[in-house]
Parts: sequence; C-alpha cells; structure tokens
Amino acid sequence: MALIDPGSVSQTYDVIVVGSGAAGGQTAYTLTMDGARVLMLEAGRNYDPRTESPMFQTPDAAPLRAQGTPEKPFGFFDATIDGGWAVPGEPYTNASRESGRDFKWWRARMLGGRTNHWGRISLRNGPYDFKPHSRDGLGFDWPISYEDVAPYYDKVEMLIGVYGTNEGLENTPNSPEGVLLPPPKARIGELLARQRGRGLGIPVIPAHRAVLSRPLDYQALPAKLHPGNAKAQRILAEDMANRVACFWATPCGRGCAIRANYQSTTVHIPPAMATGNLDILPRAMAREVTVDPAGKATGVTYIDKATGREHHVSGRVVVLAAGACETARILLNSKSSLFPGGLGNSSGLVGKYVMDTVGASWGGQIPLLESLPPHSEDGAGGDHVYTPWWLYKEQLAGKLGFARGYHVEFTTGRQMPEGFIEFGDGPRGGTSYGANLREEARRFYGSFVTFTGRGEMIPNADSYCELDPKVVDKWGIPVLRFNWKWSEHEIRQVAHMQRTFSDWITAMGCTSMDRPDPDARKAIQPGGSIIHEVGGAIMGSKPSASVTNAWSQTWDVRNVFVADGGVFASNADKNPTLTIMALAWRTADRILDELRKGNL
Amino acid sequence: MNPNNPVRIDRRVAIKWMLAVSAGAMLARGRALGGAAAGADAPVEAGYGTDPNLLKPYKAGDYWALTFNQAQRRQAAVLADIILPAEGASPSASSIGVVDFLDEWVSAPYPDNVRDRKIILDGLSWVDDESVRRFGKPYTSASDSEKISLCEEMSRSTQGQPDPGSAHAFFRLLRDLVASGYYTTPVGMRDIGYVGNMPLAKFEGPPAELIQKLGLADEVKW
Repeated sequence: MALIDPGSVSQTYDVIVVGSGAAGGQTAYTLTMDGARVLMLEAGRNYDPRTESPMFQTPDAAPLRAQGTPEKPFGFFDATIDGGWAVPGEPYTNASRESGRDFKWWRARMLGGRTNHWGRISLRNGPYDFKPHSRDGLGFDWPISYEDVAPYYDKVEMLIGVYGTNEGLENTPNSPEGVLLPPPKARIGELLARQRGRGLGIPVIPAHRAVLSRPLDYQALPAKLHPGNAKAQRILAEDMANRVACFWATPCGRGCAIRANYQSTTVHIPPAMATGNLDILPRAMAREVTVDPAGKATGVTYIDKATGREHHVSGRVVVLAAGACETARILLNSKSSLFPGGLGNSSGLVGKYVMDTVGASWGGQIPLLESLPPHSEDGAGGDHVYTPWWLYKEQLAGKLGFARGYHVEFTTGRQMPEGFIEFGDGPRGGTSYGANLREEARRFYGSFVTFTGRGEMIPNADSYCELDPKVVDKWGIPVLRFNWKWSEHEIRQVAHMQRTFSDWITAMGCTSMDRPDPDARKAIQPGGSIIHEVGGAIMGSKPSASVTNAWSQTWDVRNVFVADGGVFASNADKNPTLTIMALAWRTADRILDELRKGNL
Repeated sequence: MNPNNPVRIDRRVAIKWMLAVSAGAMLARGRALGGAAAGADAPVEAGYGTDPNLLKPYKAGDYWALTFNQAQRRQAAVLADIILPAEGASPSASSIGVVDFLDEWVSAPYPDNVRDRKIILDGLSWVDDESVRRFGKPYTSASDSEKISLCEEMSRSTQGQPDPGSAHAFFRLLRDLVASGYYTTPVGMRDIGYVGNMPLAKFEGPPAELIQKLGLADEVKW
C-alpha cells in the first residue's frame, strides 16, 4: 500500500478517509496502526516536508523579498502550496456584501492540509468549554465532557510532542506528569510583558506548542500509546527515533524538514504508511458520499484532478475529515432519494453554526527594548509564552459585558526581517533617510511588541454555509455560499482586547503608539481570517438538534463519521487543532470497536 | 496620498518597524490593515502561481517582465543611495540589488504592487520634472546638494499643502521599499543585528546581563 493513482485503487477498504490534515492524519494513523485498511483521499498534491521545506532560505532569494501575495498569503516561504483564501477554479460565495457579514474561506490543497503551516499552538479545551450553555445559558453544550476527551489529549500530546507547563489555572487543564516537554526560555520582550502584565492582573505562562524541545522518548511512549500492539509499537518507536529535536532556528510556518514539529505529513502519515495499511490518493476531489437503498454509505465519488474524470471508491465506513466547511459541502452535495437535502441533514443543521475564532491585535514600540545586544531570538519558531483567559470569575459575575473569553499570543523580538517593512515616520518627524534611517533601523529593530487576541465566538443562527444554488467549481461541484454575523459578545470582546492591549503596551513603557480605533467593529478581523472555522456538523445528544452523536457519527447514516472541527458545538478560545486530533483519535477507536463488533 | 498608508500623524509620532514577524503581519498590506483591498482575494494572472518551487533562488525578472528603463534605473539608484548610502562596513543600497528589487516590486501583478507601481513611477517623473523646473537639469544630473535638498523636502510631513503631499507619499513609500529591500538581505540583517537562522544545540534565551539590566531576573522562573 502506498501513494497511488486512480488505476491502483483496491476493490474495497475498511475505511475511506476524506482529508489528510489534523483530522484525516490522526484518523488514518489510529486506524492503520490497529490493522484497518484505509484509503485517504486528498484534494491536493502529494507533499513531502522533508524535501520541500525552505528552511534556511533568506528573503533575498524569493520573489518580492518573500512578501505575502494573494497566491502565497503568508509569504513566499510559507509551507502552504495551492492554498489560501482564494483557490483558482474553486470559488465560494458570500450571501451579503455588507461589511462584517463576509466570510473568507481558507483551503490548503496539499497533503497534510493546513497542518503544514499552522502555529503549532496546542491548547486543551477545559471543562467549561464542553459545557458552555450550562455555564452561561448561551450556545450549546457538547454531549461529551472534558473527562471523555482528556485521555485522548494525553495520547495526542505524547504522540506529537508538545512543550509547555502545568500551571493549574482555571479552565486551563494540566497534562499528566511527564506528558509535556520542557518549554523553551522566554525571549526578553516576553519577560518584560510578563513583568508588566502582573501589575494589570494578567498572567503570562509558557505556551503549549507542538515542537520537540527535546527528542521524544521512543522507548517508553509507544507502549503507552499502543498497549498490546507489538507491531504498532515497533513502527512508532522507529518513527519517533527519526524525529529530531528543534534546532532553534527557522519559523515553523515554513514546515520542518527535520520533523521537529507536528505536521500531519511528518508525524501521522509516515508511521501510518509504514503499517502497509494506508493508500493515499492525491488530487482526488471528493464530491459526495454514496448510499445504498438501505441508507448505508457505500463509498465516495471523487474527481481525479489530473484527468477531470469521476471515479468511485468503496469502503465499509466513510470518515469526513476535509475541514469543517468542506465536510459540510460534501454532506450537502450527497443528495439521494433517501436524503434529498444532503446526507446527515435530516435535522437541517448541516452547514449551520459555523464559528471562527475572534481575532484582533495591537502593538507598540518599547523604548526599553531599543538597541539590545544582538542575540538569537529565533527560538522554537513561534510563541514561547502566552496568556490564557484570566477573567472567568468576573465574566461569570456579568461584569464584562461579553460572555466568553480570549487568550493572548505574543510577537516580540528580533526575527529575521522579511517582506515589506513599514517604518512609519521616525522620532524626528517626517520620513527618515540616510544616516538617520540607519541609526533608527539599528535602534528600533526588535523593540516592538504585538499582542494578538484569540477569542471564543458563540455559535449563532446567522453564521452558516449552504450550497450556492447557481455557482459550481471547475469540477462542476456546487460551491458553498457563506452567511456571517458577529454578535455583540464578539464585538465587546474585541473592544476589551483593544483596551487591554493598549494598557499593557503602555505599562511596558511605550510612549509612541497609535491609539486603537474605538470602534471594535473595525478592529475585528473578518470571519474566516483566523482559519479556525469549526461547526457545520455539530455533535449533540438529540438527532433533531445535531448532525452527529457523541461519537461524531452521523445520526442519519451510521457508517459515516465526521472527524474534523465540523462536530464542534462551541469554539473555545483554545486553538482547535489539538482538540480535533483528540476527537479524531477517539472516533477512530470507536470505529475500530464497531467494526470488530460487526456494527458498521 | 496612499489611501492604505495607516500613518496618521497627530502631533504624536507612531514609530514603526513593522516586521513581518507573525503570520498575520505577513498578509498583503491591504488585508493586514483590516480593509478589503479590492481584489485581494481574487486569483491573480501572471503571478508565480500557487505552487512555485520554494527551494530555488530567484532573481528579479524571473516571473514577470521588469519595468524600469535605463533612465529610471539610474534615477532609482541615486535615490536609493541617498536613502541608504554606504557607511563603514555597510554597502550602499544600490550595490546590493535594491534597484532590482524596486523594479521587481513595481512590476509584479498583485494588487499591492499594482497600486505601488503608479505611486513610484509617477513619483520618479515628478522628481525629474521638479528637478528640471528648479535646477534646469534632470535629477541624475543635479548636484549632490540639489539632489538631497529635494529629498529633504519630500521627506517632510506636509499635511495641508496640496501638491507636495503626493511627493511625500511617494518618498515615504520609496524609503520603505528601499529599506525593505536592504534589511531583508544578509548584509542588511547583519547591519541591524539580526542573529539567527543557524542551527543551535540549545536555546539560551536572552543574555544574563540583559536580563539583569532590565530588572527581569525574577521573570525567568516559572
């Protein structure tokens, strides 16, 4: 089994997995390690970070000094290929042109999907995050609790490798002893932010990121992750031994050729391939899940992008892991006489309650950080510290005017200059040049801090995707039309971010800051910008009010599962990737169980 | 004035050195400012595509035809070297490829570049015309002090005055582009003290003396 083309698809598989990112990678890993035969469909091309990551390239070797463009939105060296908010030939539409009502849909059409470029921030949802409705009466409770997911958080963290500490803060769960890797030392600006944050009552603690700060314990971990499965243990031990610890240079977003951070393509897919149980079919654009007259799924129809031809693959189980909105699209396009409104949609809720993360940021220049002695701040290629939401009690007491919290990410320091740099007008007024410019560039370089808020959006009935009645993509597949609306909770949350960041920056000694726009509606980033979209196939305890049950199994068709963020019934401020993987592992375990029992 | 330039000067000066340090900041400028730059999400014709080879070294002109004629190149080189002349061990802007970068930038098909192209090309013409009007010769033939006097004037924030406003906007953009082209090279990085992009066995964090100096010794313990 291996990387295949449509001609070498075997007759039938135990499980067809649509998608190869955090959800598809984890699902395929868990299933194949336990002996299931899996076919993975990926809409993009094969991609190998070991040979394709531009790790040490400097911007002068790239077009436009590596500045982001619509074709490479996060910069030329970003790992994403064939991706962005616009994918040629694969449009989407927005129902409204009104400001604040549009949604931007990010796709990454490549093996591993967006796990190749993500920030590696790996935060657990806490107990409140699974029962938000019980806490404040808004949104929905999940049919599962933190305790149901905790063992899977443990497993995922052990498998992928996450640095961080256990601080015991409210709704910010600890990991069991020995699971987390040691965090890297904080950068100087991060230390200053920590000190000055204390006066404002804002905690700063080590970030949790999926980067190996030391090699994984390949002798002990495989037995913990795959008890009683000698073959899986042997494969994983061999694979883990080949992952190298971070060498403290180059941004994670470029991808990691030495496999020191988590990407599906460096952590999930290689061991899954080594089992011999995985076939990967790239450039396969899933169109719909097919069902038999009895209402059982039979497989997936896809377009081979190389030829434009339609093919069908069969499996006993279908797992959708295409990314929340693409999964909703496939379900809605899976129309049959049994399911005229799309598969899994008897509740009418497929595509409904799409949530992104609330995002806003503000920064300033810090005189204390001027003219520092040169030293490397590359570090782990991303955040070393962060601030978990710290005002749970005030919020519950109704003192804040918005119901859900946000965490804070930091950008400080002396990163490699890249792309277009805006210098602004200097302290002398006007546009500095010549000797003044040289002096200011040396003095101010590395003296900036930017705080980025990442907040929880409450699901609402006005934020959803549906099939556009007219538009199809270049493969003839109906596309999504988005509807979007922020509630006052998100807008007020952003206003709080702006006030907090501006106070914090001032407390760090900044005297030269643009004041934030008092209108938070202008500061909030458009829906989809943060690329944390989840929902659209939410899980619940009643078939009338949810798309899947607590096992991410669609209520309507018992051999169809949703493994990606589609099942999220809320979108905590915690970045969704770790939770997606934990749920995918749990779902895959359930599938294995049900297959063994003959229930699928 | 460049409508997307966020600098709003109201007696206070916002110092920027806005590095593309985070994923968010790497976004095309129109988007990073929260506005919807027209067409920023539309597929682009004649760019480098969505799957360029990321490992191969590129030079200006590899993907799209360049724009500057000989006279514009000479003029851009003179201005670039006024903005960043050689100093000590640091070479001048034009000697490390900054003019090629400017040409590549204004020639690219992306929305930000198309917008900047007009500002830069119009600005170069304006500078030449103004030089002829004031000094009776094109800019590159003017004396050093004449050349600098015009830059000095363009560098000043001149809110409220009609015509020179666009010259100031041009000069600020040109300065940002020259500095961007310069400090994103290994030579420029060395000049400002960027250290990194080299594998390390251990991440040491900030130097101990720096932590002491800023009074942050208590902050390193978790």
